[in-house]
Amino acid sequence: MSDRSHLRLVVLGVLIISLIGTLVARLSYLQLVVGEEYAAQAASNSTREVITPAVRGLILDQRGRPLVSNRTSLVVSVDRTVLAREEDGGAAVLDNLARALGVSRESIDQKLMPCGSEGAPPLPVCWDGSPYQPIPIAKDVATETALTIMERRADFPGVSAQLAAVREYPEPFDANLAHVLGYVGPVTQEQLDAQGDSADPARLRSRDLVGRNGLEAQYDAELRGIPGITTLAVDQVGRVTGTVSESEAVAGNYVVTNIDAHLQQVVEQALAESVDRAREEGDVADTGAAVVIDVRTGAVLAMASYPTYEPQIWVGGISTRDYESLLRDRALSMTVTQGTYAPGSTFKAVTTVAAAREGYDLTGTYPCPADYTVGSQRFRNFESSGFGPITLQRALEVSCNTVFYRIADEMWLKGGGLYAPQGAPDPVAETAAAFRLGEASGIDLPNEAAGLVSGRDEKLAVWEQRREQWCADAKEGFSALRDENPKLAEYYTALAKENCLDGFRWRNGDAINASIGQGDTAITPLQLAMAYAAIANGGTVYQPQVAKAVLSSRGEVVKQFDPVVRGEVQAPEGTFDFLRTSLAGVTAEGTGRVPFEGFPLDEIPIASKTGSAQVFSDNSTTAWFASFAPADDPQYAVVMMVTRGGTGSLTAGPGVRAIYEALFGVVDGIVDPAKSVLIGAQPSRTLPIVRPDGTPVVPEATP
Amino acid sequence: MSLSEATPSRRFIGARQEGRQSYWRRLDWWLLGAALVLSTASSVFVWSASRSDLAGDDPQYFLNRHLVNIAIGLVLAFIVSRLDYRLLRAYAPVLYGLAIVGILLVYTPLGTTIAGARAWVQVPGGFTLQPSEFAKVAIVLILAVVLAEKRDAEAEPRDRDVALALGLAAIPIGLVLLQNDTGTVLIMCTVVVTMVAVSGARTRWVAGLLVGGATAAVIAWQLGFVKDYQIARLTSFVNPDEAASTAAYNATQARIAIGGGGLWGRGLFQGPQTQGNFVPVNESDFIFTVIGEEAGFIGAAITILLLSIILWRGMRIALGAGELYGRLVAAGVVAWLAFQTFENIGMNLGIMPITGVPLPFVSYGGTSMFASWIALGLLENVRLHQQQQS
Repeated sequence: MSDRSHLRLVVLGVLIISLIGTLVARLSYLQLVVGEEYAAQAASNSTREVITPAVRGLILDQRGRPLVSNRTSLVVSVDRTVLAREEDGGAAVLDNLARALGVSRESIDQKLMPCGSEGAPPLPVCWDGSPYQPIPIAKDVATETALTIMERRADFPGVSAQLAAVREYPEPFDANLAHVLGYVGPVTQEQLDAQGDSADPARLRSRDLVGRNGLEAQYDAELRGIPGITTLAVDQVGRVTGTVSESEAVAGNYVVTNIDAHLQQVVEQALAESVDRAREEGDVADTGAAVVIDVRTGAVLAMASYPTYEPQIWVGGISTRDYESLLRDRALSMTVTQGTYAPGSTFKAVTTVAAAREGYDLTGTYPCPADYTVGSQRFRNFESSGFGPITLQRALEVSCNTVFYRIADEMWLKGGGLYAPQGAPDPVAETAAAFRLGEASGIDLPNEAAGLVSGRDEKLAVWEQRREQWCADAKEGFSALRDENPKLAEYYTALAKENCLDGFRWRNGDAINASIGQGDTAITPLQLAMAYAAIANGGTVYQPQVAKAVLSSRGEVVKQFDPVVRGEVQAPEGTFDFLRTSLAGVTAEGTGRVPFEGFPLDEIPIASKTGSAQVFSDNSTTAWFASFAPADDPQYAVVMMVTRGGTGSLTAGPGVRAIYEALFGVVDGIVDPAKSVLIGAQPSRTLPIVRPDGTPVVPEATP
Repeated sequence: MSLSEATPSRRFIGARQEGRQSYWRRLDWWLLGAALVLSTASSVFVWSASRSDLAGDDPQYFLNRHLVNIAIGLVLAFIVSRLDYRLLRAYAPVLYGLAIVGILLVYTPLGTTIAGARAWVQVPGGFTLQPSEFAKVAIVLILAVVLAEKRDAEAEPRDRDVALALGLAAIPIGLVLLQNDTGTVLIMCTVVVTMVAVSGARTRWVAGLLVGGATAAVIAWQLGFVKDYQIARLTSFVNPDEAASTAAYNATQARIAIGGGGLWGRGLFQGPQTQGNFVPVNESDFIFTVIGEEAGFIGAAITILLLSIILWRGMRIALGAGELYGRLVAAGVVAWLAFQTFENIGMNLGIMPITGVPLPFVSYGGTSMFASWIALGLLENVRLHQQQQS
């Protein structure tokens, strides 16, 4: 090796030493000479987050029509922490504000009260958001009013008027859909506490609005988006010295539903008209429900509950008056998923499957007497008329109770009768369980009711729960009632005693009641619709699904909800074909005939079952009309129900007919698919398109 | 380049007949010891810098991965140090080829952009590798082969060999330049100039390279080949207080952190700048600010001292190498580590542009840690070979 190489290595060494020397010199200067100055700068360094709220995602119908969108509104808010610093606690400010807004001082006070404090109004009116955030008290304030407030700051300390994004309900085709959509409200302190010290940028912050009910709550995480956060470095006097980090707001995702807005409007109107029809007949008809299911997927195409309300009233905080009227009308509860009712004769379809599973001949002939006696109890046919020996199909068509009573009684006896051991077969309850009746359907909406199917196990469970009370009542003897009505007290005592002793026994009377959907059985209209959908499609029980897909605000598909199969109802071959034929017979020449007179049943056979379930507590009947169509190639299941509503055939039947006419485009008895409310007379098989700027592409016919 | 590719089959490892005991005895323990102390101590600072970065998740996420990286690095160093000398020479062209393929992978869908530089490759298991780090190793090895290729009678490499070496180096350097990884390009250029110089090439080559490099830089600047953000990144250290731009902000915050550390430092986990996340990527490129703030001048000086020991031992190995090939490998590695150390600490101290190069043996980051330990393995390899010859 050359000396040159050696020399150059030495030069390299010297260079490296000088580089290291430079570093050490600079380090010493920074840390030892001017270090204190930097230490002071470090102490004054702090950050401040500037948050740009994310735009909440839209909710669309299956064709892309917006069901929920956003608009801006001038919102007036009050910061209580500032008010509290006023000498009079802010009373004068609030008086001025009430005058400026033209509302009563009281209505403002109510909105400012934290929930749970003394004299506070009930939940949605009182404030359950974070105690440190300004409370919105008025929305859609006139520009002049807002300007007045902002200009006279001295008169309005702690009051601010700002443009805020609020939810808007375009109501395409006047579809209301209030219960399904739900609403948003301020995030609660519990929700904020529950997430701990999360650093997730998508975490909830004290000024956020979150979904409180319906789809808004169910898909809140999708709809909410991620706020943009700019972290600024500021010195001790608050001067911005730099940007530590920056992230842009990500708009919330769009939820595409299976709902068709046009069909929804038809269903809502049909339900309201059914309620009116019942009332004209003198029935109370206080609540009702209607639902349309795609039997091949479990998609919820339309879903209505009566009574309903205008979703707009939640925007910017609900007023006491509005809330009280909602409570009075019971408009808040979603009857279709939250109300449970005896299904009455519509349940006979389930009992038929149970009988088939137990080996009964579906083509056989069964006696239909006017009544059926078990021991001392006589179970009557509806209107106490007999039909003699008839086929099972005819029994379904004319809704003969006694045929089913006999079958239920026989199956009960075969299952072990009165002294059946635990775990003895209970065919009707088991079949109902296979149809997933008496349990939550799993629909993507919050607070669904489970309902109940009466049966041997269920009766035992109830007895175990209530035995103590029954036994105590039997012992005490209803003494409070005894003076007033000794006979009734006597009766109640005897009843309590019997229940106390062997209230767990599943009697043949119980089995007979259960076979026609009476007794303790109570299910939601949605559960019945899913069971009829299963009968229609050959036994597949789907999970009902309101949401179809989630799209990003730029239109990319985030996720799609595929049909979820909850179970298959096992039944001997031909059982479902038999039911499809028999239920079509109900509409053609049975209890469902009257409402479908003049309907082109030869082209579109409708399979249906009426029900008029007795409610003993108020001596009324729940009107049911459960159906699917076309009976030979089923596509839709439609169920309508009106409580205290008279007969299923006369009250709900015409409503269901109106829905089918809209689905298939039937006008004056003539089928014209072009007149269907569904575009192309079919539910949409594709996802709507959302343009990159976030606007959904809407079909031309949308009003 | 994956781990398995870097592992030769068993028959080459320990194929020489010397006993195993002598391997351990003949290692340069100063070199290995300094690197071990440095890497081990760095874990504490990586932890301090990163434990609040993933709030809600595992605060030891970076620490654990850092420790795994060090362990893999040690294994790599062991393997590289025991590779047969001839094998290393014979396979240099293969490694060179693999390095170029690796850099090109960055342009495929596997490539990922981090901090403005498209220099990473996504590999299965959620890891990213930076092929340009391995390219440094490849450049050192291929240049050593080419420049040491002279005949015995000749005292210096022929012009042909020097030209070939420059041509070979230009390809990976050009590709890395296209990835906007300016820091790595500067290091590679330093390595090339050093190796050409140490090879004993004629002075006009060395002078030409220095002048040519400077001219190229000026021309690139003038003609606008250098993009605005590159200039901003390179010049923000000159006057960081002027604008609150991101680059200037980084430089300012880094200096506040180090300056605030004083003689003894704020104490581990006590640095307000570090714990407040004012300094960006302070587990990686700006790890020196954590050391400066929390361990003070004492800690920072010890860090520089340990790095200096590595360079000193490397230089000794280069000087003592019995033949040109070994000397060139050692000199290349030393130039690489020295310049990268200077560039990194310099940008932390505000006297060098912010170019996003990690501190060898210290910064969090798998590829950089692996490359550092491979470099160490190469130095040990040269040393073992020279002892065997003498």
